[in-house]
Amino acid sequence: MPDPFVIDPGLARLSARKFVQGRGRYLDDITLTGMLHVCFVRSPYAHAKIAGIDTSAAREVGGVSHVITGRDLAPVCRPWTAQLTNLGEMKTAPQSALPVETVKWQGEPVAAVVASSRAVAEDAAELVEVDYEELPAVVDPEAALKPDAPLVHPDLGTNVAWSINIDTGEVDAALAGSDVVIEKTFSVDRQTGVTLEPRGAIADYDPAKCYLTIHLTSQVPHIQRYIYARQLGLNEANVRIICPDIGGGFGLKLHVYSDEIATAAISMLIRRPVKFTADRLESFVSDIHARGHRVSARIGVNNDGKIQALEVNDLAGAGPFLIHPRTSVIEPLLVAICTPLAYDLKHYRAGASLVYQNKVSTGQYRGVGMPVASLVAEGLVDAAARATGLDKAEIRKRNLFRDDAYPVTGISGEYLECLSQQASLDKLLKMMDYGRLQEERDAGRDKGIYKGIGLATVVEGTSPSPALYAAGGAPISSRDACTLRLEAGGNISCATGLTDQGQGGEAVVTQVIADVIGIPSNEINIVMGDTATTPFGGGTWASRSTAIAGEACLLAATEMREKILEVAAAIHEQPADILTIRAGEIFNLETNEKVSSLAEIGKTVHFNTHTLPAEFEPELIVTRHYSQREQLMVYANCALGVSLEVDVNTGLVTLHKIWAVDDCGRIINEKLVVEQMRGSIVQGIGSSLYEECIYDETGQLLNGNMFEYLLPMAGEMPDIECDHIETPTKATQLGAKGCGEAGIIAVCGAIMNGINDALEPFGVEVSSQPFTPEKILRALGKIV
Amino acid sequence: MKPAKFNYVRAGSVDQVLDLLEQPAGFVKILAGGQSLNPTLNMRLSAPDMLIDINDLDELRGIRVEEDRLHVGALTRHAELERSELVAGHAPLLTKAIQHVAHAAVRNRGTIGGNVSLADPASELPACCVALDASITIRNKQGTRVVRARDYFKDLYETDLQENDLMISISFPLAGDTTVCAFREFVRRRGDFASTGLVVNAELVDGVFTSFSPVFFAVANTPVLAAGVAQLLVNRTITGEVVEQAVAAVDHDVEITGDSNMSEEMKRHLAGHYLREVIGELYG
Amino acid sequence: MDKEPRISISVTVNGALVEAEAPARESLADFLRHRVGLTGTHVGCEQGICGACTVRFDGRIARSCLTLAAQAHGHSIETIEGVTDSGEIADLQEAFLRHNAAQCGFCTPGMLITAAEFLNSGETARRESIRQFLSGNYCRCTGYHAIVDAIAEIAGKKADA
Ligand SMILES: Cc1cc2nc3c(=O)[nH]c(=O)nc-3n(C[C@H](O)[C@H](O)[C@H](O)COP(=O)(O)OP(=O)(O)OC[C@H]3O[C@@H](n4cnc5c(N)ncnc54)[C@H](O)[C@@H]3O)c2cc1C
Ligand code: FES
Ligand code: FES
Repeated sequence: MPDPFVIDPGLARLSARKFVQGRGRYLDDITLTGMLHVCFVRSPYAHAKIAGIDTSAAREVGGVSHVITGRDLAPVCRPWTAQLTNLGEMKTAPQSALPVETVKWQGEPVAAVVASSRAVAEDAAELVEVDYEELPAVVDPEAALKPDAPLVHPDLGTNVAWSINIDTGEVDAALAGSDVVIEKTFSVDRQTGVTLEPRGAIADYDPAKCYLTIHLTSQVPHIQRYIYARQLGLNEANVRIICPDIGGGFGLKLHVYSDEIATAAISMLIRRPVKFTADRLESFVSDIHARGHRVSARIGVNNDGKIQALEVNDLAGAGPFLIHPRTSVIEPLLVAICTPLAYDLKHYRAGASLVYQNKVSTGQYRGVGMPVASLVAEGLVDAAARATGLDKAEIRKRNLFRDDAYPVTGISGEYLECLSQQASLDKLLKMMDYGRLQEERDAGRDKGIYKGIGLATVVEGTSPSPALYAAGGAPISSRDACTLRLEAGGNISCATGLTDQGQGGEAVVTQVIADVIGIPSNEINIVMGDTATTPFGGGTWASRSTAIAGEACLLAATEMREKILEVAAAIHEQPADILTIRAGEIFNLETNEKVSSLAEIGKTVHFNTHTLPAEFEPELIVTRHYSQREQLMVYANCALGVSLEVDVNTGLVTLHKIWAVDDCGRIINEKLVVEQMRGSIVQGIGSSLYEECIYDETGQLLNGNMFEYLLPMAGEMPDIECDHIETPTKATQLGAKGCGEAGIIAVCGAIMNGINDALEPFGVEVSSQPFTPEKILRALGKIV
Repeated sequence: MKPAKFNYVRAGSVDQVLDLLEQPAGFVKILAGGQSLNPTLNMRLSAPDMLIDINDLDELRGIRVEEDRLHVGALTRHAELERSELVAGHAPLLTKAIQHVAHAAVRNRGTIGGNVSLADPASELPACCVALDASITIRNKQGTRVVRARDYFKDLYETDLQENDLMISISFPLAGDTTVCAFREFVRRRGDFASTGLVVNAELVDGVFTSFSPVFFAVANTPVLAAGVAQLLVNRTITGEVVEQAVAAVDHDVEITGDSNMSEEMKRHLAGHYLREVIGELYG
Repeated sequence: MDKEPRISISVTVNGALVEAEAPARESLADFLRHRVGLTGTHVGCEQGICGACTVRFDGRIARSCLTLAAQAHGHSIETIEGVTDSGEIADLQEAFLRHNAAQCGFCTPGMLITAAEFLNSGETARRESIRQFLSGNYCRCTGYHAIVDAIAEIAGKKADA
């Protein structure tokens, strides 16, 4: 281990320089020689039989090279099925790159036009005539359960894809024995991730080598390579996936998308490089959606505020296919598991069901189910505070685990290694000046100013172990890897399975390597996102970059350091254990004299091996893997507070300020952590106040464009002050937990609680997200 | 998405535009700022055969005072309106309103002529034109006509403008010492189109409204001048009761319809709320 | 319409004259990115909403997705590459780095060009007015706070100078 194990906290994110200069290289910036453009013809119906496709007029358009249908692609790309066998029975149906018989959502690609430009491809796409026979669509999850509901997959005999029940026992008795029982229903509308850069793929198949190169907007190149190779009938070794700079991921770019894999298949079919870039309108009807839950819940509390029992029932929609390879099950699963997770209680019952519907598939988007779980939990805790007359901070203190109680097993069986819920809440209250905010709120009410304070104390599951996905048979790696190579000039090349969509993973691993080896960070170059040049790793998801890849880098760097010292020891005939590396130079710890430098070591091992002792063949290349296997997830925690104001005449909510105290274990780079928090909080504000995918009863998305699907803009966003508590996990040497999702998990509940706090004088509440002005005015009875 | 194919002509003179409009080669569209037209082209919601770009026509530009009216050329950019001292002095309602139109980059390109030609019911500027009793100068090959804004807006995206017409300018009566104005709109995010709005231009003489022009927008197919409301407020002592009568009269004056952004009930509620607020603000 | 109508365009891009022929329907964004090879201007919506495509048109910010390349004929366009090379926004770029105001970087060029116009506008640099000027530029990653910090820092320095 390095002598002072201190990770430089002030290091800038060097890799961002290219972005401020407009030198990021994103998918659509890449042009290959001879490249053609693909445009997909998408279904205008949510559910329809494809009676026929007439491509003749489209083929006539000048500049069009091919028009391709599902029948053409079927021999090239096998259908896939998403399934996790470790989570109980999943009824699941195969999905094709382009469907042959039926379309199952509005926006599903049905044919592809390949042409010399995107514009020409679009011209021709308008001329592809698909003869649809419309079928009844399943839209609303509750309607999907009705006995006479049409079936999304008639072969399955049901619209229920999956369900789960958890019962720790004696819930009814505990509720009956509680002083107060509160029953509430929460709904959380569908939303989508809206990465600023849309998805896309450039596929280039070389028939001579049977080698397929795909530039892909993906967070997980190695996982995608496995799946693409499998579906396209190639060896993995003959598939190279390159993820260039990615303009935002948020989970949306984890999945297998039919249009992307179709693009790869098309390249194989026509033996030309082809590019597909989704435009914004396509994004809304083809990117995964998320949320879309209705949760009914009951909580029993005693007059002292102690929670006696909790019960939740979640109904969620999957879309027409479980998204590959993670499935759409994890959202409702995490609602069932995570709702009670922050609190010390004894009796819990949960049910969750996921149903098929003719809408875009749902999948993992930032927070995955946990924002819903915490909305429910935090809403119930506030309701309990109101019912018992307790302060909302106080009731939390009485129910959160004590900070010295860890490790504990949460009520749904989760192992919580070490959290700091109480200390985080205390710190938060101080930071917000909670007492003063309460006074201001109370004083305002007499003047018709309705301010509200909202709190949320949440846990965030990060860095999942293989038990979550791989154990269920999904090709999802929980490992990550780091390969380090000492170059002849004494600098370090690093290749890692991690990818970076702006989180700063590159900066973090640079820092870890720099610190562990003892080399300036500008002497390290990181390569990532290319399966041909990086070691196998799981990529970036579930806030795992720092925790998992950071640890792999730490292990590799530790080993590299030892190897370097071994060579120095051999060259200079000094014992390795009295040598150390500082800023690229090697010192004798006892004499404090400079002995050598990385430059000398590099030169020696690459060129001047004749100067080394005989039989000594140093390998200054190291690969280390790390996978988190001890805990299903490594849990982090966060306490978040909101100060807001509701205009009771317009229903508009103004966010005055947000404070957050998170504990993501060891902090490697505070600025990165803070912006992860803020970014995730602002995405949560989107969920909370603006975002909803509005569908009509036939399954048409009505607001699938940037004009009508509202996202948070700078003008309405508050300043967000962040602080931390550091409780490192003992699972790794690095001690880092994930930090990218706590904000979105906590802020939705906090905003709902803040609005309801503001509305308290009127005795009304809202519980249906997004909390739009119209819903607030309806709750107030200003409109009926 | 990319637009469908079209021909593009960069017009060198107003006459050239009028000629092209007179004998159109298919479906022809005038291109001004492009801030409304181009999104519809990009989404292929509109596929003209030809665009006539009028951006080089300096005679359509400029803000000046002539014969007791403020004249604003159709090609005047929103940003020019926003910064104009003439506008601030002579039509302060426009200055108030324009800041709520879109964002800086859009205001740098978008034009008042394009905005009022399109006549989006949720737009601020058509409502201001009606409240200010503006006149719109329109020309075609046959000649020039001046249409009162109060007669110009016909129905949803339907105005007095015909296919062979070019809007030349809009003129406004000059504000006087007793002119007061107010602006309200409901947006969830700054710069969005309104979901309900109210602009008022009025004369307040010795504590009495001698005229009062309340125009509601984003509540119906066109901006609506609420004449009944005005009547209740003009030359009256404004009491709480009068205000409530005026609010009640909104329903009679304006046939409010809901849209995908907002229900009819909410629009009605907000219309009344804004009227109450505005009277309070102006009356003091 | 069978044949693709094309227009010859002569435009100053970052100070240098570019002469090219392009389809009449080509947007300035696509022209800059795919014809001139300046890919720092990004496309996030083609609807005028997201601001990723913001460039300078005759010195003032404009949406390049809502401007036809043909309309740029005879005008001067500046992109992120130009304002980087000229050094005009070097201090702002450094401030973005210091405050970690760029994550994925997709919004960043549009954000910087917009911020530069704000700094030139003479508006008072309250956080509130910075935020309002930036509405119209989406950032999905950062939460905006760091961007506002960076701009406020430079505005403060300008005010002091
Ligand atoms: C993100 C965004 C937000 C926006 N928000 C708002 C908002 O809040 N409020 C608002 O009011 N507007 C808003 N707009 C629209 C903006 O104000 C437009 O600039 C304006 O509506 C149209 O003006 P233009 O010059 O761009 O017209 P163009 O888009 O060029 O043309 C619009 C229409 O008018 C016709 N036309 C243009 N000029 C003439 C003329 N002289 N004679 C005859 N016909 C003509 C065109 O043929 C076309 O049909 C927004 C736009 C965007 C992109
Ligand atoms: S791409 Fe031009 S504003 Fe979004
Ligand atoms: S940094 Fe990713 S969108 Fe702003």
